[in-house]
This record gives sequence, structure tokens and C-alpha cells, in this order.
Amino acid sequence: MNKASIVIIGGGPAGLSAAIEGAKAGAKVLVIDENGKPGGQLFKQIHKFFGSKEHKAGTRGINIGDQLLEEAKRLDIEVWLNTEVCGIDKNKKIWGIRDKKQSFSIVADKIILATGAIENAVKFSGWTLPGVMGAGAAQTMINLNRTLPGKKILMLGSGNVGVIVSYQLMQAGAEVVGIVEAAPRLGGYGVHTAKVRRAGVNFYTSHTISRAIGENCVEAVEIVQLDSNWKPIEGTEKILEVDTICIAAGLTPLTELAWIAGSKFVYIQEMGGHVPAHNKTMETTVEGIYVAGDVSGIEEASTAMEEGRLAGINAAASLGFYIEKEQEERTKIVWNGLNALRCGPFGHKRKNAKDKILASREG
Amino acid sequence: MDNKSLKTVGSPSLEELKNSPSFPREEDFLRGPIAVIECIEEIPCNPCQTACPKGAIFVGKPITNLPKIDFKKCMGCGICVAACPGLAIYIKDLTYSEQEVRISFPFEYLPLPNIGDVVDMVGRKGEEICKGRVTRINNGKANHNTVVISATYPKEYFQEVISMKRL
Repeated sequence: MNKASIVIIGGGPAGLSAAIEGAKAGAKVLVIDENGKPGGQLFKQIHKFFGSKEHKAGTRGINIGDQLLEEAKRLDIEVWLNTEVCGIDKNKKIWGIRDKKQSFSIVADKIILATGAIENAVKFSGWTLPGVMGAGAAQTMINLNRTLPGKKILMLGSGNVGVIVSYQLMQAGAEVVGIVEAAPRLGGYGVHTAKVRRAGVNFYTSHTISRAIGENCVEAVEIVQLDSNWKPIEGTEKILEVDTICIAAGLTPLTELAWIAGSKFVYIQEMGGHVPAHNKTMETTVEGIYVAGDVSGIEEASTAMEEGRLAGINAAASLGFYIEKEQEERTKIVWNGLNALRCGPFGHKRKNAKDKILASREG
Repeated sequence: MDNKSLKTVGSPSLEELKNSPSFPREEDFLRGPIAVIECIEEIPCNPCQTACPKGAIFVGKPITNLPKIDFKKCMGCGICVAACPGLAIYIKDLTYSEQEVRISFPFEYLPLPNIGDVVDMVGRKGEEICKGRVTRINNGKANHNTVVISATYPKEYFQEVISMKRL
């Protein structure tokens, strides 16, 4: 193949949802993913999702992954695995490497970037010791590779990733010695923090890691209390015996391809930093290049799937697969679902941030 | 709402729970087994409403509303316990016997206990409160791998106990 109508880069929840909508509309769809299996992070999300029935609430991420793959198969969607996209241009020419040995180039009518995000690192003395890792990396080890990274774990960060991965580490048989949070209040959903708290996990709010201790690997960690200006308070250092330190300090959108395609960007801290400006159809400022999921601003898998659907519907519509009325109706239904996920005190912040991104596209 | 305990300790205090719209009062517990929902923070989630066969749980719109339970309708069947993605629901029966009460709570750790085992019952901070005896293990297909364990324990610890210690 050297020409495709919709090429989706990234086969996670957003990319697969986009592909399914594109294929349902009748477009020829190609999904490209650098991994050996599509599904993105879904297959390590062994917990039940929130939301409502329409968002597959109550279903575990791993099962949602299976459902999306089955649907993609049923719709005969072509998927290139072990394929890295190295570049795209504004004429929607894509070039990359397959199986680490063969280069390719194709031209797409529309491109949907669903490249996801990368975990943020936090630097402290000893942070390069073996045993210090991203929370997502630990989650991959336990839930995909079935390998316990350590027996006694300290988690840095109390957002949903930090508490969910802590819970799953305990399910995998590890002990979570504590969850450290620099802010004075915990970040994650209360139901998640309550779940790990009743399993005996201590939270250390207004604390951070001052150093990791160990010769060749992590043997202990020193944590310290922070004052209201986020400065360490001398004399409050505490040493905890751990063999693993997990960092759950947020994510950064993987936006390289949107940069080189020439999209306008906007800096929104709550969404993970620089994100491609996009409109309500998820189209960037480069005509025919769309974004969906974490690359368009860090949220979670449920919203990523809805955004993927938006991009898929609208990319297909712009190719003539839907008349304007159908496009509007379908887009509206997905937006209602997105708005439902973005309400309440947690969702509200994300909704405001997303509104800023939408406004920047217009401006 | 401040929810200080929830947002610093990690779990809600009894006072925070009592301020939420669905925490049962003494008279509700006297009806028999009922669902207790410890969900005091507005998140977008409503499977409890969808799961309840009696229509006793209401979230409505927006789906970030805190769930409300009509204890006249709740039969304590426990379907919502495994349906809640937050593992925030359990069934408590204050009327179980003269000396003992019963709880049915969600449990997603291995190994599982056996029926008849004496286990450590724990409170919201993970503290050991008393011993309990496992009376039922529901690992039905509809639970989708969220096991619901029932255990009896002394009446005096009725409010404090919410789960059991991992084995």
C-alpha cells in the first residue's frame, strides 16, 4: 500500500476508536503502531473503568482492549505493528520504519495522530539507581510481563495513576510502603485512595523524596516534609526501607509528529504542557491532520476513546463518507459523552483546559 | 465540601460519610441488610444505578452526582458491590444475630479465604479491628473477578469494620 484514505498513528484506545469509526463510515483505514500488539495502555489496565454504560463503565480496561480489537478485526481494519513513524509533512506524506529494518512511505488523505504520552521523570539524588522507575513501567511489568519489580515499594505521586498502580502492585503481591504526595491534599479519586488506605498503605502528603539510597540498586529511600512554599523542612527526613521507587508525576503528550507537521501549539499546564491546537472535530491547524487521546491533552482512556471517535467520524466525513447532517449528529452524540466525563470537580478542570485549547485554534 | 480525611489520610472519616447523601442512619440499618456506599466525591460514574435491580440507587444527571439510596427499596442483594468500579460499596446487616453483624465486601486480592476461616477484619485506615468468620464467597461470573466476601463479626464493631486484611 502506498496510499490510504485515513492513516491513524498509534493503536491505543483513541487510535482504535478512531479507526473503528472511520471504517464504519466506509473509509479505508490503516492503523500504525510501534508496539507488537495494538491496544496501547488498555491491556495493563486491569481495573474496572468509571463513567456510564456508554463509556463501558464497570468493564476492565483489558476487556475493553479485547472488544476494540475484535471490532477492528470485524471491520477488516489493516494494522501495521512494529512500525515506527519517523516523519509526516503537511501534504500528509508519512515515512517510517517497519520491523526495525525496512523503510516505507505512504500518502494519506487524512492523518489521525493518537500517539499518547510519556511518563514524567522526577530527579533526586540516586534517581538513576536500578529500582527507580515510572509507575507505568511497573504496571507494564506486573500486568503484561507478570514480573514483580520489587517487594517493597514507595510510590511518588497520589494522582489516579499513582494510586491505581499501587493497588495493582499489591494485587501482584508487593507491599506498598507508602505513597508520597508533594501537595497538601491527595490528587486521585477518593475511592481509589480509600481502597489502598484500607489495605494499610500510608499517605505522606506535603512530602517528597530527598534521595534514593543504595550501592548498586535501591535499598532505601529518604523522604522529607515540605513547607507551604514546597521547600523541604530540615529535620523531618525519614528513611523507609524499600527496594523499588515508582514515579507517578504526570505525563507529557507525545507531540513530535504534530510539531514537524507544522501544527500550531498551545501551552496548557493542566493538560501536560504543549498540545496541538485543535477544534471540536479534533482537527489541528494543519488541514486534514487530527489528534485524539493524550497527545491532544492528558486525560484518561475513557475520554481518549471518545476523542478518537470524534476524529474518526470527522475525518471520514471530510472525505465525503457522511453528509453534513450525519456528521453533525454523530459528532454531537460523542460530545455529549465527553461532556459527561468532563463534569464534576475533577472533570471541570480538564473541561476548562480543553476549552482553552479549542479557543486557541480559533484565535 | 472539604473531605479533609479523604484528601489527606486517604479514606473518609465517619463524620464525612455521615454528611454524604447516602450513608445509612441507625433506623435504616434496623431494616436488615442494606448497601452502604462510601462515595463522597463527585466523579463521573454511575454503574451502581445501572446495576441495581430494584431501582434503589439514583445518580441521575450529571453523572457526577453522588449516589442516593432509597433504603425502603434496597434489599441488600449485593449486586452493586461488584458493579462499583471504585470498590466503594458493601452490604451490612446489623440484624444478623444477637451478638453478630455481617458484612459483604468487594475483594480483589489472592489468595482468597475459605468459608469458615477466621480472618482479621479491618477499618478504613487498614487498622485491624477484630476477628471475623467468612460465611460466603461469591465469585460469580457476573462479578467480573471482583469477589464478594461475606463475614460475620461482633456487633460492637459494626461501623468501624469495612473489609478484611489481605492474606
